[in-house]
Amino acid sequence: MRRKKGKLRELHKEGFSRRDFLKGASMAVSTGLLATQEAGAATPETEPGVLGPGAVPITLEINGKPHSLKVEPRVTLLDALRNRLDLTGAKKVCDRGVCGACTVILDGRPVYACNLLAIEAEGHHIVTIEGLSTEGKLHPVMTAFVNHDAQQCGFCTPGFVVACKAFLDKHPDPTREDVERGLGGNLCRCGTYAGVREAVLEAAKTLKGGRANG
Amino acid sequence: MAKCKYDWPEASDRRLIGKRINRIDGPTKSSGRAKYTYDINLPGLLVAKIYRSPYAHAKITAIDTSEAEKLPGVKTVRIIQGVGKEIQWAGDEIVAVAAVSEDIADDAVRKIKVEFEQLPHFVHEEDLQQAGDHAKEAGGEKGGDPDKAFSDPDVVISEGFYGIPTITHCCLEAHGNVAEWTGANLRTYSSTQNVSGLPGQIGQALREQGVNVPDNNIETICNYVGGGFGSKFSPDRWGIEVAKLAKAAGKPVKLMLDRNMEMEVAGARPSGYAQIKVAAKKDGTIVAWDSHSWGTGGPAGTTMPPLPYVLNIPNKITRHTSISTNTGPGRAWRAPNHPQAALLTMCALDDLAAKLNMDPVEFFSKNADLAGERAEVYRQELRKAAELIDWQKNWHPRGDKSAGTIKRGLGLSLHTWGGRGHNSNCNVTIHPDGSVEVTLGSQDLGTGTRTVIAVVAAETLGLPVEAIRVNIGDSKFPSSGASGGSTTVGGVSASTRRGSVDALQQLLAVVAPSLGVPADQLVAVDGHIQAKGDAAKKLTWKEACAKLQVKTLQVTGKNPGQCALGSSGVGGVQIADVSVDTETGLVKIHKMVAAQDCGLIIDLKTAESQCYGAMIMGITYALFEEKVMDRATGRMLNNNMEFYKLAGIGDIGELVVHMMTGPGYDERGTIGLGEPPVISPGAAISNAVANALGVRVPTLPITPDKVLAALEKGGAA
Ligand code: FES
Ligand code: FES
Repeated sequence: MRRKKGKLRELHKEGFSRRDFLKGASMAVSTGLLATQEAGAATPETEPGVLGPGAVPITLEINGKPHSLKVEPRVTLLDALRNRLDLTGAKKVCDRGVCGACTVILDGRPVYACNLLAIEAEGHHIVTIEGLSTEGKLHPVMTAFVNHDAQQCGFCTPGFVVACKAFLDKHPDPTREDVERGLGGNLCRCGTYAGVREAVLEAAKTLKGGRANG
Repeated sequence: MAKCKYDWPEASDRRLIGKRINRIDGPTKSSGRAKYTYDINLPGLLVAKIYRSPYAHAKITAIDTSEAEKLPGVKTVRIIQGVGKEIQWAGDEIVAVAAVSEDIADDAVRKIKVEFEQLPHFVHEEDLQQAGDHAKEAGGEKGGDPDKAFSDPDVVISEGFYGIPTITHCCLEAHGNVAEWTGANLRTYSSTQNVSGLPGQIGQALREQGVNVPDNNIETICNYVGGGFGSKFSPDRWGIEVAKLAKAAGKPVKLMLDRNMEMEVAGARPSGYAQIKVAAKKDGTIVAWDSHSWGTGGPAGTTMPPLPYVLNIPNKITRHTSISTNTGPGRAWRAPNHPQAALLTMCALDDLAAKLNMDPVEFFSKNADLAGERAEVYRQELRKAAELIDWQKNWHPRGDKSAGTIKRGLGLSLHTWGGRGHNSNCNVTIHPDGSVEVTLGSQDLGTGTRTVIAVVAAETLGLPVEAIRVNIGDSKFPSSGASGGSTTVGGVSASTRRGSVDALQQLLAVVAPSLGVPADQLVAVDGHIQAKGDAAKKLTWKEACAKLQVKTLQVTGKNPGQCALGSSGVGGVQIADVSVDTETGLVKIHKMVAAQDCGLIIDLKTAESQCYGAMIMGITYALFEEKVMDRATGRMLNNNMEFYKLAGIGDIGELVVHMMTGPGYDERGTIGLGEPPVISPGAAISNAVANALGVRVPTLPITPDKVLAALEKGGAA
């Protein structure tokens, strides 16, 4: 396993999402290449130095706190968060960079934690859903999700909330079209998109108000 | 007539029921604190994975697990299906492995060697002619005199082929369980729709397989479940296996299905295809129906959808052929057999309306009497839905004649469902400090069950919703039904109402002497217990409960029980407005509207969410979903989420939900809503596409290739 510390190539989801490509293609199968190519782009540039196969010590900075652990180099950031650190807000659903249920924020950008190795995340600032609220005090995006009932079973919700937060950081004043483009990388089976659309627009207002009053 | 004591409050007395109330577990979910089965981490937890059949039909001739067993970190290897077993679908479970980590369990599975004798498989049922021995006659019905009705020279006849393929449930939380033994007691954390029912099923299966554990030693816990949609009623074979692995390893074991397994074997809505002939008089009165339907739900085949759907056509003949295939077994999917029936019926009737040159709203309104006692509900819903989509202005006869390559159209569909409340028991507990709990072995699939329970108790006790603590998700709680068939809201709201009314009565009896007012002259309002008509005589809720001193008040509420609090049978109409690009074949949803009744609504906000969610799920199966099987290998080709597509946030257009409430609806009491709104979208969208193009795309999903093929065929004809 090769490792390159502290630097990642384009891992983040851009405001423009893969779903826009996917839904446009005529055959399900024919869209595979796009997804695969993009997944390929998430592989770090190789550099000399081989790690593993045994566990290696790493320190991850999560929600402002360092966590030291030993992981096999093949362990994803998502598995490290969930299975080793009991940070279970991010979910594993597709396990291959399609659904967004595992979204976390890495150096200010939303990334699919299932598409990133834990060892690659060393040296980066990682924010998970757990880092966005304290007991009894919800993040404005979460409050907006509650108000607009943008959740049913709730399994996609933490990923959606994190993606919305990261989206609003970059697009503080979005239109509905911006929301539909920017959040196309998160999927929900229960069908909460109508609520999510409203929630993001409300959260944008609340956050702007907060900044203005600052 | 004397009013029954449990009856729902009159409209003027309802503070909470029927209002838009936020779901009570919303903050827990949106902050990521909700713990699903998949999130359970226990000390020493092992992870299990499964070796599954690569073949759709084969006999196992040899199994060698020795290399897997030798792998460091592997704790237990168990053969699920041994040598000699005949496998009936690709992906069926053969060997289970428990190891100290998921990665090691995966490594071990890769080291298992199984040999098979391959047998011929059959996985494609759309063309009935090719089914051979896989096809079996599966009943039919005859009513009136269809031969005579069809041969009447004055009728207009329309004939067509329609279909809806097998889709998978694709729950975002895959199926799975964690099993933990403590001595002779088994606890399972299960992703389930059936908390109270699971221990009995697990116990029976374990005992049949030689593990002697009585049901009362088994506890199932499920506080949150990431989707079920009808696929999570049973522990499944993997749920029994995980208990056996945990017993063998002496450690807790987690076994959640990988995504590919979830897609291949843990969810399948049976397909439905039909050749249909319908006839109407020239004035649009429908007179005759003739259908030959078929479909598959895996090895067991299918039963006939309720055809013709909603409308009881006087002269009819139906025939169904069940086709067994080597595909993962069918499971109940929201409103079993109804989306199929709606697609087949509403598309055939829409084609007939087009042949008659009739406006479909007029056509269905005219024939609504065939819906029997709900005729008037359908007419009201047709009017409402038509108004919301601006039908008058936007509808045109078949085939958008405007210039350009983008064609626009409207289409509608009707549906029906039962939804009577299931059996439910709950404990309503009032503590001397004034805190209140409602406790029952139910589950909240995201439908708002917790919230409904809290709203009913709060309304009854005169308290705010936040004052009620709802405990669900544990089989040791009073038993409550499985969440299927839209039965939960009726069951839990009725048991909670009865329990809360009785608990309040007991509290009033305790409080009465200190207020010097007879108990039957006291009421609970706005956090107080007070004399009817004399607000000066009152105690706060807390003061009142303090009169209980050290005695906690606990009352059981039941459904069914005295006073009817719910009923069964709803309608529902949906209309879709779409555009189709005739060059690319892409369908885009502009707007969809739903007019839906469900009796008395407890929480309007989560009820509307059910409809929005169902319409989005419907858009997804209308445009994207299909379990694609490979003819050559018999395997599912799109067993992942990049090739099995779900709609995204940009695919849904504008959605409008109108709940039918008020007189005529509220007095029916509660009726379930999980199924009805998911039934019509496929037919409504298909009809809208036909209206736009002037030709029918016969089967779902309406993908660009099918649109282009239909245009080509339509043009050539
Ligand atoms: S689990 Fe990471 S994108 Fe789906
Ligand atoms: S709320 Fe269930 S998957 Fe989104």
